[in-house]
Amino acid sequence: MAGPLRLPGNPDVRVRLRALSLVAPLVIFVGVTFVAPLGTMLMRSVYDPVVADALPKTLALLSDWDANELPSEAIFATLAEEIKHASSERTIGRVAGRINRVQGGFRGLVTRTERELRTTGQGTWREIMISVDSLWADAATWHAIKVTGERYTARHYWNALDMQILSDGSIARQPEERRIYLRLFLRTLMVSGLITLLCLLLGYPVAHFIADSPPRQGNLLLILVLIPFWTSLLVRTTSWIVLLQNQGVLNDLFVALGLIGEDGRLSMIYNMTGTIIAMTHVLLPFMVLPLYSVMRGIPATHMNAAASLGATPLQAFLRVYWPQSLPGVGAGALLVFILAIGYYITPALVGGSDGQLISNMIAYHMQTSLNWGLAAALGGVLLVGVLILYMVYERLIGIDRIGLR
Amino acid sequence: MRMSIGRVIYLLICTLIFVFLMAPIIVIIPLSFNAEPYFTFTEGMLRLDPEAWSLRWYREIMTNDVWIKSLVNSIVIGVSATILATALGTLAALGLANSAIPARRTIMGLIISPMVTPVIIAAAGMFFFYSDLGLGQTHVSIILAHTVLGVPFVVVTVTATLAAYDFTLNRAAANLGAGPWTTFRRVQFPLIAPGVFSGALFAFAISFDEVVVILFMGGVEQRTVPRQMWAGIREQISPAILAVATLLIVFAILLLLTVGWLQRRGESSQ
Repeated sequence: MAGPLRLPGNPDVRVRLRALSLVAPLVIFVGVTFVAPLGTMLMRSVYDPVVADALPKTLALLSDWDANELPSEAIFATLAEEIKHASSERTIGRVAGRINRVQGGFRGLVTRTERELRTTGQGTWREIMISVDSLWADAATWHAIKVTGERYTARHYWNALDMQILSDGSIARQPEERRIYLRLFLRTLMVSGLITLLCLLLGYPVAHFIADSPPRQGNLLLILVLIPFWTSLLVRTTSWIVLLQNQGVLNDLFVALGLIGEDGRLSMIYNMTGTIIAMTHVLLPFMVLPLYSVMRGIPATHMNAAASLGATPLQAFLRVYWPQSLPGVGAGALLVFILAIGYYITPALVGGSDGQLISNMIAYHMQTSLNWGLAAALGGVLLVGVLILYMVYERLIGIDRIGLR
Repeated sequence: MRMSIGRVIYLLICTLIFVFLMAPIIVIIPLSFNAEPYFTFTEGMLRLDPEAWSLRWYREIMTNDVWIKSLVNSIVIGVSATILATALGTLAALGLANSAIPARRTIMGLIISPMVTPVIIAAAGMFFFYSDLGLGQTHVSIILAHTVLGVPFVVVTVTATLAAYDFTLNRAAANLGAGPWTTFRRVQFPLIAPGVFSGALFAFAISFDEVVVILFMGGVEQRTVPRQMWAGIREQISPAILAVATLLIVFAILLLLTVGWLQRRGESSQ
């Protein structure tokens, strides 16, 4: 709040307080039901207590461990103790699963070791455990325990950026075959850019045509844009499946027209093509509506003036019309791009295996691999990207003017 | 009238784009009357053979308990979320319309953010949040989630309506002895009501079409129409989803016409 604080009772303060008290319920509501959930998700991307809670003593001993040597007998004994304890508490599965993500094969190793620990054999813990599996003699195994034992960790973010923490604590790129996320982020950005461009190419002439029509006719044409806008996303996605699939309407039509043979049916869906076509269709109204609202404000007399001053139609368009329509282009393009990079439903339904975007990977880690920390970190990276674009939108266009009417 | 070649090409391109916009929506309607369990036109349909057309998919969805239950869920969740979003959003828009409000842009930015945040991130966060509170897989958590997703549309719509509202009317009412509540109820609300109802319809449409939150947070008891369609598309069970889709298209057109009508009324009353 700018300016000196005024005494209560001052009408200015009262007016402000009244305005604030009207806004407060919604601000609190958004804070609790939206910002707080995003916060808990981001928390999960950096906070993971499962291993730290289950193996506290082992981890304390490991903190002094020299990574070049085999851990001492004391460390082996403590770990054996804590595995037995976690096993009786039934938390061992979760612990092993966490470590398994850093060091493949750890889950099996724990299962075998757990079984052996129940029938206490001869010798030191070190000998027993190494006799179960030589992986216990491998420093990488112990390093994996140490890394996942950090309560607060950046490892999910490193993972989301295709990096890993090596046993000496340094950061390195993942091996070639495990680098998937950066490529997927890049693909999401490129596909979103392409969809934005397609929406602009399709939306611009249509918005111009509507804005240029007499009001009655223009309103009717606007309905042709608004019907898809109001129609359920799932309905539109279903329609594209019906149109584009192998035995679908378009392929049938092409075959009937003799354009393609029965065995030459085009695969236009369940791949990237399907994602791009369907998403362009879904997002096109978000381009047309802001363009239209800007273009409606461009006086027709400007183009006539340019023509009577001797400009060719192309010159008049480029020098007079296009610059005035730029605010609409900016608003539409930013809005479409923001919505595209976070899109989930359409790629999930029509994208097949190669038409998936980053949101689909987040859903995969949420629902299938159950690697929630990584899902949260991928979501965190995406969220930062969207917030930056959102702030650009706010600066350039103003949020109030998010055009939907 | 003679048209230049450029004009002809321009008209042709615009027509094609309108076809691109509308074709997917139009094509689904006749296919929902298919007598066969296919997603494409049969020869009989093309010959307009009455045998090839039928209402069987409509009969199927009207008699199927799962679809009926999902419709009930959609309505219960949608109406609750709409009431909450409209109340909170209208109040906030009234506050934001006051030029004395501090940090207006920041508040607006916060309130609108659910509209641009990828739903998958919001849904993931809400899944953790409501599970931790013991509200996972309940109607309550889904209603709250849909409310916060729909509220930006209410705020944007009502704010736009208030921008055209003449605030001297409030002072006039006050001069005539009306208190703030009477002024709102008798003067301001009737004039901004079309904007409020448009906002409410937006919020309802958002909830009625929402599927990501349901996928993450809803159990079998919270299955809604979009969730049921999602399952239908994924598993390719039957063209019954085309019949549902057709009904949803009709519903969308009704919503659109209502919002258009409300907006014209709003403009003429101010």
